[in-house]
Amino acid sequence: MTNETEDPVASAALPLSGGDRAANGAPGDQGGALFTATALDQKNARAERGYHSLFLLMSIVLILPVVAILGLLILRGGPAFSWEFFTEAPRAQFTEGGIFPALVGTLWLVVVALLASVPLGVAAAIYLSEYAKDNALTRLINLAIINLAGVPSIVHALFGLGAFVLFFDFGTSILAASLTLAIMTLPVVIVSTRETLQAVPQSFRMACWSLGATRWQTIRKVVLPNSVSGILTGVILEVSRTVGETAPVMFTGAVLFTPFLPQGVLDETMAMSLHLYMIATVIPDVPPEVPYGVALSLILMVLVLNSASIGFRVYLRGKKKW
Amino acid sequence: MVSTASETKLSVKDLSIRYGDHVALEGASFDVRENEIFGIIGPANSGKTSFIRAINRMDEMTPGMKVHGSIEFNGKPVDSWRNLYALRSRIGVVFPLPVGLPMSIYENVAFAAKLRGVRGKGALDEVVERCLRRSALWDEVKDRLDSLGSLLSGGQQQRLTIARALSQEPELLLLDEFSIAVDPVTTMRIEEVLKELKQEMTIVLVTNLTQQAQRLADRTAFFLEGQVVEVGETKAMFKGQTKDPRTTHYIEGRFG
Repeated sequence: MTNETEDPVASAALPLSGGDRAANGAPGDQGGALFTATALDQKNARAERGYHSLFLLMSIVLILPVVAILGLLILRGGPAFSWEFFTEAPRAQFTEGGIFPALVGTLWLVVVALLASVPLGVAAAIYLSEYAKDNALTRLINLAIINLAGVPSIVHALFGLGAFVLFFDFGTSILAASLTLAIMTLPVVIVSTRETLQAVPQSFRMACWSLGATRWQTIRKVVLPNSVSGILTGVILEVSRTVGETAPVMFTGAVLFTPFLPQGVLDETMAMSLHLYMIATVIPDVPPEVPYGVALSLILMVLVLNSASIGFRVYLRGKKKW
Repeated sequence: MVSTASETKLSVKDLSIRYGDHVALEGASFDVRENEIFGIIGPANSGKTSFIRAINRMDEMTPGMKVHGSIEFNGKPVDSWRNLYALRSRIGVVFPLPVGLPMSIYENVAFAAKLRGVRGKGALDEVVERCLRRSALWDEVKDRLDSLGSLLSGGQQQRLTIARALSQEPELLLLDEFSIAVDPVTTMRIEEVLKELKQEMTIVLVTNLTQQAQRLADRTAFFLEGQVVEVGETKAMFKGQTKDPRTTHYIEGRFG
């Protein structure tokens, strides 16, 4: 590799010439009016304002649906909220009571899924970013990740049913559902972690290696401590997706109603997403504000789970060291 | 390690380095002796940095870099070292731009010692103070060893990098244009340190500043466009006793 920074002394010794300005298409006003904006300067400034507005507009367009959805849910689902709504099980054919078992069930599903997918995904990302050479195996793995990300969730659901519920004989259980969710979200964790690891400057690795550190020592002491916050971003994305998925849990672990809270990973459970789907489409005579209330709770749950990891991330970013 | 001044530390034989089709260095053969400062001068793109990388087997970590020929370190070809980490821990490297690892000043210097298995606050403290003193940084940072290495100024970071390299207690110190990011006064201080260090280790000094090679190097090699034009005693070379007129031209700065 050539060293682009070579010979800075020679280049630094050159006096800074005003040649750049002349090259901007206004050779005439070099001597006299030094600070007059040329036609080109003005054109650039106009374009700059234009692009600034364009990007601002796009961001606003992006925020609008979020605001609309949240507004609608708060307006229509808010009245459903009560102490009972969050602390009791549904009663009287889902027309009364609350969503407590579904809330707890979804928490179980998310936590178990994270326990499975984060270690696996981070380890795979470390391999791909830090160890893998560009060869057939690596390309195969990358291809697999891309394909995994493209598989529709209903296909994951059927796979989970076949593999975890039936073949491994976990039955309809949190374990089977969470593993299905874990496999489904694995590409998100792997890709975001890999990107984060690769954002750690290569010079840190070089410096570490030249001290005689192994790759693993380099990863543990330098690469990982500086990418934790980015890895958490991937985890946040995963949580959001896991909480909302309906199809994978419907076949593998979630049931419409159970009077019991799950006691372990081999129990079946209620889940928020399935609960919402059912009361919104299948169950008759549910008061209209209840589905909106469940949807709002689902979003609030994502927010609470995420803000925990966002808080942690902000704390870590404060400690980021370059 | 007991050695005589004329013992060979590095023996380079017919070394070629390529990146794909690009030839960075071709057919280099020369020796670096124990306890000398060996200067390498030459313009950009002449293969100096590639040579440094080949010594501590960074080709292993650099995609596309292929090394042919041999470099013997202590009489043993570097590509026959089965434990690369053992090889690298014996060779200190200072890069052109300082790399303060994202940890405290203390940790930066204690890192290599910890990798070596040095344990205990007392022993580590001793290593940190000794290395920072030698790199002329101790007085400036002794009261804030816990602050981040990367918050130091460029020149201070480079001295930190040198302290870190010294903390490896290397047999061979490779300096790749260390003075790029350092002010002239600090450069002079580091140069004084290097003169002392050569009692204990062999130093390969890659530099753009021919004057620096003249001040420090016992012998100097002139690299040009991937060729080693010549290797000779620095004093003689700078008196104009060169084998190749291009060397004189380069040294005198009328290179064209």
